[in-house]
Amino acid sequence: MNQEQKIEGEATGAADALVALGTMKPGMFGHVIAFDTTDIPDIDPDTADRLREMGFAEDLEVEVLHQSLIGRDPIAVRIGRMTVALRRREANIVKVQLV
Amino acid sequence: MSSPSLVAVVGNPNCGKSALFNALTGLRQKVANYPGATVERRTGPLLGNDHIELVDLPGTYSMTPRSPDEAVTTDVLKGTFKAERRPDAILCVVDATNLAQHLRFVIELRALGVPMVIALNMTDLAARERINIDASALAHKLGVPVVETVAVRKKGLQDLKEKTIEALQMGAPSTLYFGASVRDYQRAARKIAKDVTLSEGIGHKTTRVLDNVLLHPVAGPVILLAILFLMFQAVFSWAEAPMTWIEDGIAYLQTGVNDLLPEGWLLSFLSDGILAGVGAVIVFLPQILILFAFILVLESTGYMARAAFLMDRLMAAVGLNGRAFIPLLSSFACAIPGIMAARTIADPKDRLTTILIAPLMTCSARIPVYTVLIGAVIPNTTLFGNWVGLQGVVMFTLYLAGIIAALIVAAVLKRTVAKGKAHTFMLELPKYQTPRLAYVLTGLYERARLFLRRAGTIILSVTILLWFLASFPAAPEGAASPVSYSLVGIIGGWLEVIFAPIGFNWEISAALVPGMAAREVAISALGTVYSIGGSEEMVEAGVRAAIAANWSLPTAFSFMAWFIFAPQCLSTIAVTRRETAGWKWPLFMLGYLFALAYIASFITYQVASAIIG
Repeated sequence: MNQEQKIEGEATGAADALVALGTMKPGMFGHVIAFDTTDIPDIDPDTADRLREMGFAEDLEVEVLHQSLIGRDPIAVRIGRMTVALRRREANIVKVQLV
Repeated sequence: MSSPSLVAVVGNPNCGKSALFNALTGLRQKVANYPGATVERRTGPLLGNDHIELVDLPGTYSMTPRSPDEAVTTDVLKGTFKAERRPDAILCVVDATNLAQHLRFVIELRALGVPMVIALNMTDLAARERINIDASALAHKLGVPVVETVAVRKKGLQDLKEKTIEALQMGAPSTLYFGASVRDYQRAARKIAKDVTLSEGIGHKTTRVLDNVLLHPVAGPVILLAILFLMFQAVFSWAEAPMTWIEDGIAYLQTGVNDLLPEGWLLSFLSDGILAGVGAVIVFLPQILILFAFILVLESTGYMARAAFLMDRLMAAVGLNGRAFIPLLSSFACAIPGIMAARTIADPKDRLTTILIAPLMTCSARIPVYTVLIGAVIPNTTLFGNWVGLQGVVMFTLYLAGIIAALIVAAVLKRTVAKGKAHTFMLELPKYQTPRLAYVLTGLYERARLFLRRAGTIILSVTILLWFLASFPAAPEGAASPVSYSLVGIIGGWLEVIFAPIGFNWEISAALVPGMAAREVAISALGTVYSIGGSEEMVEAGVRAAIAANWSLPTAFSFMAWFIFAPQCLSTIAVTRRETAGWKWPLFMLGYLFALAYIASFITYQVASAIIG
């Protein structure tokens, strides 16, 4: 448990090189590196677990497939073998290393 | 072995639980291709074994429920659900095309210490995607039996039954501990999935290709609108021929009865009461089936979740999220399953708002009302060459009016009585699947049966009661308007005081009351009233002609406006009371819909009268 928190902490520390999923354009893809709710105001910290339950996990390949016309939000992303629709605000929890 | 063993069918949303449940029990639980199709538990005995009872539960991603439907599942599994005892075993359904994701929940369930069997489902789709899983290695790693199944083709069922019986006899396997956090479960699941997967597969190409079109920022919304438009056009134009057959059949029966029986109350009862009343409703069976066929196909292809994605932005503008669009679209069929489907909405305020606006979506019981009115006053011409019927366009407009009203009401509710913080939208988009004809036909058959049963019970009894009230006390010999002397005429006369400002005559006012039982009854009531009234048009060409002859145009428009909002049927009120646990919200719903209906009809009538004169 302790060790894992440390790993999550390290990943956040190196977040400079990472991109938040919610800022990516359709066609961009990469690998999930970390989940971080600290830089998103007023978000329920539990949302990170919800994302995991929907299929988001470290090291999985993630690609933004589609976005809505108005406001470019929500987005549809491919995560591993699944397609998930979500809003950019929650997507920002997922930090991605672009390929 | 006095009371049967209870086996819970559980798994992530949309992995085929209900299809497997149906295959194992022979029941006809609703099956669809979107997450959250099952919102209630349903039980049934295992085919060929009365000692085992299966319970189909709503899908959930984890033992931490996020919405009321998921809470049903987790409560049953924990043994805290008050109406159901704790299951003796778990039949966990796992999607073979997405093993790592689905195993996470299996791992969480393994800590419960309950006998368990895993159905590795959709192995046909996995084979098509060239995914190869070593089922026996998986069974070894999880310490429970794994059976490969294809629920929709009834493959692997015998093996599954045997393994379930064995698991019940052997008792709980030793619990396996994989950690305590979602992250731990996820890690363990991915490790196991990786170890037992022999080949990774190629993904579902068709889904990617289709999504490129159907989720395209411009083409996507256009196609969604086109599908809805086609649906309402079809309801009108495709049903024309079969409706004529039914109408002719009823007219033939009426003529036959008229020839056979002497003039008198029995003839009036059969001809004016039953045939004119119930017949006026049965005519709409083809239209209702066409609408249901569209909705069933949309649900089984996987498009519903895409519609939710496309609508999210618009729904966000009124304070809801795209997920609420699925119950609302279902409400086109009937508000009752729509209101129940709102259980998939996580936030209680969002859920309440969705329940309250569901009756504004035009349900199929209003099709007869709209069709009769449109048929009576809107000319059957075509627009844009021969492609689009004017009557269909008016129908679409009425539906659209309901949708727009629903969005406005939602926006108001979310800013007043159902105020709360903005909630998020997160939805798995399932793979597209070709709709299975057998499911669509089963769904249609169920619907036709329900509709005819309604016609034979509620609608028939209300019609008989109405015929009685419209016939007695009898009018004096040679009265110009015989019904006005009857109880219906008297009550209609009182109500007319309230409804005169919106252009309703006493016949309409009287028809609104039985319309509360079921909305179609408004039409059968008019049929009976005009038939007893001796309207020649009614006897010759049905209620449509009677309305065309007796109503002014502003009155007809006003009636249509009334039915966009028309306070819902008693069953809707009852289900709202159940879902919101009290009388407060159903009464609120009744009040606001009645007020809106009255205001909308008042404006329509006054404006139309001023223009047409």
